[in-house]
Amino acid sequence: MSYTVGDVIAERTVHLTRESLVRYAGASGDFNPIHYRDDVAASVGLPGVLAHGMLTMGLASSVVVAALGDSSKITDYGVRFTRPVVVDPQGGADVSVLAKVGAVDEQSVRIDLTVKHADTTVLVKAQLRVAL
Amino acid sequence: MNNELLGREFPATPPYLVGREKVREFARAVFADAPLHTDVDAARALGYADVVAPPTFAMVIQDQTLQQLLAEPDSGIELARTIHAEQRFAYTRPIVAGDELSGRLKVTGIRMMAGNAMITSEAEITDAAGAHVVTATSVLLVGSDESEDAA
Repeated sequence: MSYTVGDVIAERTVHLTRESLVRYAGASGDFNPIHYRDDVAASVGLPGVLAHGMLTMGLASSVVVAALGDSSKITDYGVRFTRPVVVDPQGGADVSVLAKVGAVDEQSVRIDLTVKHADTTVLVKAQLRVAL
Repeated sequence: MNNELLGREFPATPPYLVGREKVREFARAVFADAPLHTDVDAARALGYADVVAPPTFAMVIQDQTLQQLLAEPDSGIELARTIHAEQRFAYTRPIVAGDELSGRLKVTGIRMMAGNAMITSEAEITDAAGAHVVTATSVLLVGSDESEDAA
């Protein structure tokens, strides 16, 4: 597979519900109550129950791995969590992922992820490096 | 926040056996639909011994190390006031069902910002043979409990 800067590797929108958060809590073992209890979220000043940052990070790499077909060449994956994803109890939340080739050198390709919720970027410097 | 945490190292966590159904459960939770995560034959066709965990599964092991940090009597970290600010994984290889993994945590940075503390920690995750699998680095932003009184 050859890569050119700017190529779109994958693109997908994932719909999160409160059930998604409970499922992720159970699968990951992260039972921080701000991810499922409105009263606790409100008591610490949050605008609502938030998706786990690691759920957002995890679904973003899932989009890339599905496109690559394998994860053996992934050497590095990092993100900064800048904005929370508030998951409405009824409406849920849509998270969109756009994966593009950001840089290519002889050893590796850097895939830059644009991850948004309601037109706001929620992960910054979301980059995945894949060995060639 | 306690600056004496800087440089603190924790003992290796007990071996965590990565189960096939756990990998499938985690894959479903992070919308990981590539066949290598759930289909043993697909994983084997790619050369793996069993299903392959999604890249962020390393957090499950890292979380065990972070629990050690949270349990420190002098940590001053309260979960509900803690925000995950940054996360990075550096992989030697993917995690595969059947792996027995252990994490060793070190607090590598503490920075105060407007009354909040940014704590950086690195968990080095190794397999049963002691070989490196992935290093997971987290930056946690811990809010001060006075913020509510001030507001």
